[in-house]
Formats: sequence, structure tokens, C-alpha cells
Amino acid sequence: MFACRRSSTLLRTLKPAARQLRHASQASSTAELNKPIDFKKTAILHQSQSSARSAFGLSQDAPVDWVNLHGAINGSLHHALKTDENVLLFGEDVAFGGVFRCSKGLSDEFGTSRVFNTPLSEQGIVGFAIGCAAEGMKPIAEIQFADYVYPAFDQLVNEAAKFRYREGGTGGHCGGLVVRMPCGSVGHGALYHSQSPESLFTHIPGLRVVMPRSPSQAKGLLTASILNSRDPVIFMEPKVLYRAAEEFVPRDPYTLPLDKAEVLKTGKDLTVVSYGQPLYLCSAAIEALEREIKGLSIELVDLRAIYPWDRATIMGSVNKTGRAVVVHESMYNAGVGAEVAASIQEGAFLRLEAPVARVTGWSTHPGLVFEKFNIPDITRIYDAMKRTLEF
Amino acid sequence: MKYRAVLRPLATSCRYRSVVRVRGQSKRWASDTWSAGPAQKAGSDSVHFPGALKSKFTSKMRFQNPAEETAMPTYRIMDADGNIVDNTRDPQSASDTEIIQWYRNMLTVSIMDLIMFDAQRQGRTSFYMVSAGEEGIAVGSASALTPDDVCFLQYREQGVLVQRGFTLKEMMSQLFSNKDDHGKGRNMPVHYGSGKLNVHTVSSPLATQIPQASGAAYALKMQRLINPNVPPRIVACYFGEGAASEGDFHAALNIAATKSCPVVFVCRNNGFAISTSSIEQYKGDGIASRGLGYGIDTIRVDGNDIFAVRAVMLEARKRALEGDCKPVLVEAMSYRVSHHSTSDDSFAYRAKREVEEWKRRDNPITRLRKWMEKKGIWDEDKEKEARASIRKQVLQEFSAAEKVKKPPLRAMFEDVYEEITPEAREQMKELKRLVEKYPKEYSSVSQYEGGIKTLE
Repeated sequence: MFACRRSSTLLRTLKPAARQLRHASQASSTAELNKPIDFKKTAILHQSQSSARSAFGLSQDAPVDWVNLHGAINGSLHHALKTDENVLLFGEDVAFGGVFRCSKGLSDEFGTSRVFNTPLSEQGIVGFAIGCAAEGMKPIAEIQFADYVYPAFDQLVNEAAKFRYREGGTGGHCGGLVVRMPCGSVGHGALYHSQSPESLFTHIPGLRVVMPRSPSQAKGLLTASILNSRDPVIFMEPKVLYRAAEEFVPRDPYTLPLDKAEVLKTGKDLTVVSYGQPLYLCSAAIEALEREIKGLSIELVDLRAIYPWDRATIMGSVNKTGRAVVVHESMYNAGVGAEVAASIQEGAFLRLEAPVARVTGWSTHPGLVFEKFNIPDITRIYDAMKRTLEF
Repeated sequence: MKYRAVLRPLATSCRYRSVVRVRGQSKRWASDTWSAGPAQKAGSDSVHFPGALKSKFTSKMRFQNPAEETAMPTYRIMDADGNIVDNTRDPQSASDTEIIQWYRNMLTVSIMDLIMFDAQRQGRTSFYMVSAGEEGIAVGSASALTPDDVCFLQYREQGVLVQRGFTLKEMMSQLFSNKDDHGKGRNMPVHYGSGKLNVHTVSSPLATQIPQASGAAYALKMQRLINPNVPPRIVACYFGEGAASEGDFHAALNIAATKSCPVVFVCRNNGFAISTSSIEQYKGDGIASRGLGYGIDTIRVDGNDIFAVRAVMLEARKRALEGDCKPVLVEAMSYRVSHHSTSDDSFAYRAKREVEEWKRRDNPITRLRKWMEKKGIWDEDKEKEARASIRKQVLQEFSAAEKVKKPPLRAMFEDVYEEITPEAREQMKELKRLVEKYPKEYSSVSQYEGGIKTLE
């Protein structure tokens, strides 16, 4: 899985900095790398109003709010329902606000004919949504957990994805469809509250697969998915971030492109590609390694759109750095990392100075007590980056 | 079985105390179908379990046994000899001209079936599915719909399309996958669709269209709520009794009932799903008996009686749009006279004699013909003329469609997404390079409209 060690041209030119002493407050834990993410300090989130304003190109008096991920999603849903009366929101338990509070207050404001509970049947929810979209509505269907999307797999793969293609000249399509689903690890979700099935959908032409990393991203990407996209969108929400990730978000509605990666941090020595929750781990690992090796600079890229994805941005980055690490929670084999790594070897072969490393969940199931040993953590990302640099 | 409560503590953290407040405002918890049952009173004769609001107590233990129930009756207006048995209503509810048109439409489907079945046998098309024995269900039900109503089909409903105005040219273009095919040559034969006629394109996965029909019906209802000037419309959704075993059937009827969707589900119960007879398909009283379980108005009708099918469909449409709207289930009984498809030899699993008997004994086309002859609006000469002229038209369109070019190669990449992705554009370029480099290997490219240029 990982490349064997080889003398590195890169490390010969860089002097490792003296190891920094840890603060006393952290001494209670032996961990030097795998420390909990401090969401109040991470560079991934807009910790200041000016950061949010400049990221979105807003004037310095533009209103911004401090919101968490489920609040941002709620805001986006609210805006969509208010803007377009064709927007409908439904799924299991969404009427009272949803089990993660994403639809809080929407049923009261927009009525139970637009925001409503469905019977407990995923194939029914998605089939119903496809029919709504086929007749010109903009349905937002919620699957309570991504782990339960499989009963609807047929409807998504054979129907939603192929609808426009098979209708052809009739002009029929279900492009107004958005399927939201909480995904990813959450600490104690075990087999059926932890899965990240995105790579199953990235193998399906016709579906857009999107995963935001933060409240500001979620707001822009979800609004674009509902109001602008004329293709069906699988919108995956990392549930561990629902409350944890808080940042300053522009108050006024805005959209973000559904096919563009974003360079979160520029660098020249290595490209780290990820999406969703692991970006926070990547950021922490990069911080640790850059502190350790003076002069090292690592580029961090958020895919955002997992399919169709932004090959151009990734190739641009790797052709600059010559090294790449791909990180995701879901399983190694045929995961998103496989596609990204294969594309990099096609698109940056002559610039590559090390094999593309993949840091992913192991090839097993998300067993309850094994989670922190299974999914990528800061240590594993740190180690993969280091080995790639030393190759 | 999902354990859905496991992550609720996450959702109801200290930061989000709103859940507590929400509980105070009890209405917040209510969906539109939720009703608060009063606590059960002492001495009450009924149960107030929220799951079964009108159930009375009983001290007699009795398991309800479906075998003890009488099978749901089959409604008919006209018997196998074309005699009217239900004199309470005008069987026609349509002019003689219209009835003759229904007859011609059924004949068209039947004649096209014979020609296309043979064409497939000669290798001139890849596949075909006939609808012999079920023309009455398709044409009769479609005659009760308005052009605005939306249809979702399974695949054995050519009569619905013909009745709605789908032309022979359109059918042949689809069957020969030529450049005039609405589906741009992407679908197997018989997977028809028409935007103009409000018929969604057929897809092969069985029963997937049923929950979609529920959703489409909900959309139509919402559109009328948004704009009351929109004419009332329903969705008609067709499927066979085999497809009704799929989970999507269950999902669809349940959600259509709970969300009060104006949809009429038409089940064609023809006794067979490929080789599987209905006795291996289900144990209950057909498909109709299930409708009641979902709280859906249901009727079983003689599918060989076009008047009965039409009358039932007219009434179903009316009921579907009444009040807050509701779904209706129609089980139309028939017999699949033909093979399942051109890839099937049905005599491998059923006796030829049985099929012959059905062919002879009862058939929607001959039944209507007998009625028309008794009424004096049809005779042997008219029959001969109709058959000859339809056959001529079918053959004309057949040979015309066969000569038309295939759709442009570009159509292979279009419509996957609204816009062709950069990834697909690269692949179009690569395909073009290959075809140009190895012209002998891809000489058929000239049969495609525009040739290799459309990949640019």
C-alpha cells in the first residue's frame, strides 16, 4: 500500500526544525498528533468576520453570522423554500425539524404540504422525489443516514441518473432532485450510522455527488444544488460536523459551483486532496509537519464535488508540487482515492516524484469500538505525507 | 431494522435546547395526518391505540383467514359474446366514431405485434414485446384520460400510446432506433416515451415507475394549489401483477395514500410474469385485495371488456381528483396470450392448448367487434378493409423507418448531464481519434447521422 523508503532529494534540501515542546495543558494526553480538532482555531473555518467576507469577496460591512453546519443547511433550505414555490422538502421525521435539526421550523413556516414526513421507506422517498422532479418540482429528499440509502439505490442508479438520458428528445428529466444524507463517522455510529458511500455514486454517470466541509460551503453548495442545478444531486453532509463546525457565514444567499475544487491552502512541496470531515485532520497534520520541517509548504485541496470532479485543479496542483496524498474515510479499494490517484498518474506522470499515497478507511466495516483505529487520523495523514516527501 | 434513536443525543445537545421548546409547542410535532387520540376512557368499547383509531374491542379470539373471504368480484359491462350485462349505464359514453377508433387502435397494436414479432425473428430489430390479449386494458383506460394527464408505463401498454396519438412513424422510429426516435436510440425497442403526449419514457426496471407516479401526482396536486387555474390532472400508472411483488409497489401505494395523491394505479393481471404463474407470485386475492390494506379505493375489472375498463377508469379519475385527492387501484384481469417477449418461448412452461383456448374463448378485440356488429356499425367488409389498410400503413412506416439513419454519435454522450462534462468531452475526442485511425474497424460510423463530425 505504501511506497518503500528511498533517499529523498526533497528532505536533503530542508532542515528539520527542532521538535517543539508540548504545552503543559496537553500533557495529560500522550498524543502529540492525534489531538482533538479545535474547531475554534482550525484554519478550515472562518474564525473572523473579515475572513468570511474576504473569502466571498464581500465588502467589510456585509452582514455575516456565526452558524454551525446544521444551521447553515437550515438557512439554505429556508432560502430555497422561500425563493421557489416548487421546492418541497420531505423524508423520515423532517416535519418536526429532523433528527439532526436541519429542517427546524420549516414545516411551521411553509406548511405541511411543502415540508412533510413520509412513510419509512427509502425506495419510496427517492421514487416519489423523482416523480415530483419529473413533473417540474424541486424536491429535496432526505435519507436519514447515508447508511440507509441502499434500498433507494435502484431508484438513484437506474432511474434518477438515467432519466434525462433515456428521455432524450422528449425533454423529460428529474434535474430538480436533491437527495440529502448525513454521512461519515461520528464517534459511536458503528456499522449503520457511519458509512460514506460516495464512491458507489461516483461510479454512476448522471448523478452529481457533493460533500461540503463547513457551514459556509454547505450553504453555497446546497443552495446551488436546489435552485441552480438541473442535474440530480446527491448531497452528503458529514454529520460529525453538524454542531462541531461553526464559522462566520455570509448572511445573504449565495451559491458555489458544483464542479470546482477549492485550494484551501497553497503550497509547493506536496498536494493533499480530501473532502468533508478529514480536511480538518489534514489541516492539523499539515500544521504539525510544517512546524517540524522548516520551509516545507503543503497544498491542501478540497474536492467539494466528488463527481463530476475538478481534474484540472488537482492536476494543476500536482504538476506544481510533484507529490500527492489523497485522504478519505471510506474504504481503500475502489474508493474516490483510487480515481484521483489514477488520474494523477495520467495527468502528472512526468512531474511525479513519489507514488500517490492514499490514506483511507481500512478494508473492513465500521465496527463500534474500533473507529479511531479504522478511519484516517492525524497520525496516519502525517505519516503518509512524511513518507511521500521522503520517497 | 434501524435503531434510529441512537444519535438523537447529538441532535439535542446543550447548545440546541430548542428541542425542549419544540416539545412545548405540541403542534410542532404534528404532521398533517397526525391526530391526537384522547386517553382511553373506562368502559370504552373501542381502542385508542394511535396505530388503529377505530378498532373495537372483542372478547372473541378470531384470526381473520383470507381463505374464508370471498374473492373480490370482477366488474363487467359486456359478456364474451358482446352482449350488455350491465344495463344501468350507457356502455358507450362515447360516439360510434370514437368506439370505432378504439377498435382500430386495438387492431393497430395487434397487427403491429404480428409484423414486429416476425421482424425480430428475421433479425431486423433486436427485441419486441407484444401485448396480445391486453389491448382492451390499454386502449380502454387511455380513452378515459385527458391529454393533460400524465402516464407512467411498464412496457406492455402500446395501446395507451396509440390511443393518445402516438403515430406509427414514432413507434417505428423507436423500434428501429433511428435518428427520429425520441429516445435518441438509447433504449431497447418498446421503451416508448413522448413529451408531447405526457407519457414518460419506459424503463426496464420493473415497478420503479410506481412510486414515481405517486410523486408526479403529488406534483400535479401542488401545482394546482400554487395556481388554481391549472386544470385538474391525474397520473395513470401501469404495471403487471408480477411487478406488484416489488418493494416499489408497496412504497408507492403507501405514500400515495398517506400523501393523498391523485394517481390511478392500473395493474394488468395477465396471469404470468415471464414463466412465473400468479399462483407462485402471490397467495392473496390478486392485487386488488391489497389496495384496501393501504386505505385505497379499489376495483377489479374484466380487462377484456373495453367498456368496463373505460367506465372504471372514468370513475377512478373522478374519485382521484375529489376533495383533497386520493389514489385509486384498478386491477384489470386478462390473459397473456402471447410469449413474454421475443426472447421467450412460453410453451416451455404452459400448454399450447391453454393459450389457444384463451385466444378462442375471449379476447378484447373480438368482443368489441361482436358488440359493434350487433349494433350494425361494423361488418366483415369493414373488418377486411380496416385490417388491410392498417397493415399497409404499418409496413410503409416499417420500411421507411428501417432506412432512416441512426442518431448522431454525439447523442451517446449528451443528456447524461444537462451539459456534457469536460471528462466526457475528452472521451468524445478520444473516440474520434480511434475511429479516424482505424476506419476499417468502425465503418458503420457512416450509418450515424452526421458521421464522425458530431463528436467534435
